[in-house]
Amino acid sequence: MKPLYFSTYLLLILSFVFAVMLNIVPLTPTLALIYPLWLPLILIYWVMVLPEHIHLTLAWSLGLIIDVLHGSYLGEHSLALCVITFLAYRFHLQFRMFPLMQQMLFVFMLLLIYAGLLAWIQSLLKVTIQLRWLWVSLIVSAFMWPVLQKLLRINSIDMRH
Amino acid sequence: MGFFIVLSLLLLLLDYHHYLPSLRRVLNNAAAPLQYVIDAPLRFLNKVDQGVTTQSVLRADNIKLQSQQLFLEAKLQRFDALESENRQLSQLLSASEHLKKQRIELARLLLVNADPLLNEVLLDKGQNDGVYIGQPVIDADGIMGQVISVDLLTSRVLLLTDFRSAIPVQDVRSDARGILVGRGRLAKLTLRDTPGTVDIKVNDLLVTSGLGGHYPPGYPVGLVSSVNMNVAAQFASIQVTPSAQLNRNRPVLLIWPDKSSGAAAKVVSPHSKK
Repeated sequence: MKPLYFSTYLLLILSFVFAVMLNIVPLTPTLALIYPLWLPLILIYWVMVLPEHIHLTLAWSLGLIIDVLHGSYLGEHSLALCVITFLAYRFHLQFRMFPLMQQMLFVFMLLLIYAGLLAWIQSLLKVTIQLRWLWVSLIVSAFMWPVLQKLLRINSIDMRH
Repeated sequence: MGFFIVLSLLLLLLDYHHYLPSLRRVLNNAAAPLQYVIDAPLRFLNKVDQGVTTQSVLRADNIKLQSQQLFLEAKLQRFDALESENRQLSQLLSASEHLKKQRIELARLLLVNADPLLNEVLLDKGQNDGVYIGQPVIDADGIMGQVISVDLLTSRVLLLTDFRSAIPVQDVRSDARGILVGRGRLAKLTLRDTPGTVDIKVNDLLVTSGLGGHYPPGYPVGLVSSVNMNVAAQFASIQVTPSAQLNRNRPVLLIWPDKSSGAAAKVVSPHSKK
């Protein structure tokens, strides 16, 4: 594990702060329908790019922050984020070899697991959930993947490891 | 990996059974500044948006507001007369119930989305302002919901439309009573367990009945939007549209009902006997 450039660190931290903010901005009902799941997306991105630097502790704490901000039961988002971080890390070598379409499909699957886990936990805890339009935001999220790659591109040496 | 999953599950379980009130409070209070920070740029954008209106729009607004004020003042005059008449009448009846003065305070919504799946909003008033759990929240048009958790600087309001919300109401026209429950995300409420013979029609206004002592009586809650009296079914299915603008970013009012009149639950008008 080699140390990161300061600028990479800055980008990492800023992107997570931004993701948390995006997670709690108010939305109109229609916008909420197509709103991408920014936080897991950005987390997956960083796991794929800097797999050695993203520890599960980070995923877990981010989840806890979201839980506090949303007022949901503590641990919901932590659990879901930890699971997809683990899966992303497990497959990050294969993932880099995938063509773009397959990468998007893989991201879609990860987000499906994330949303499914959340829905499952919430239904166990008897929180009301509405899943009928969930697939819309999942598909939009998957299409955000190439955009995110362009936006957060850091120098190629870091990409290659 | 396993450690984090166990930790999360443990946390979930403890929080679900409310074993961690102090941790929750600490975390919520820590989150409040962050929520204000996120609220600030959005509020700024709103302000900029409001700042760049043309003069003609302002003039039109001004005229509209003036006429509205005149209209409301005229209404208020009648209200004053009615109030004094009401007082005299209730004195004649030597009734102990009077319309008590209630403390009301303005609060604004923090521009922070709660979980979109939960019908909750965040207010910028908290423990420091005397907000308490269960406190009714209204806007200009009617009841919005009640406070469900209070922190130092913020408080969380459960909207009427949430599944967990239920509110005792009565029909203004017929005094028929019932309990309105939320239905999740839809901007619809359902009148629960009302018999098929109940006297409720479309466009009837439902107001809080004050039964249960939670919400003060007489505040508008919603308009009946559809009534389906199925003779075969035991209960009528009645849909209600909430009066309050639940998805707008407008100032809201917190009410402190008079605690001494714990008898609010006893407001039963003679008409309601069937």
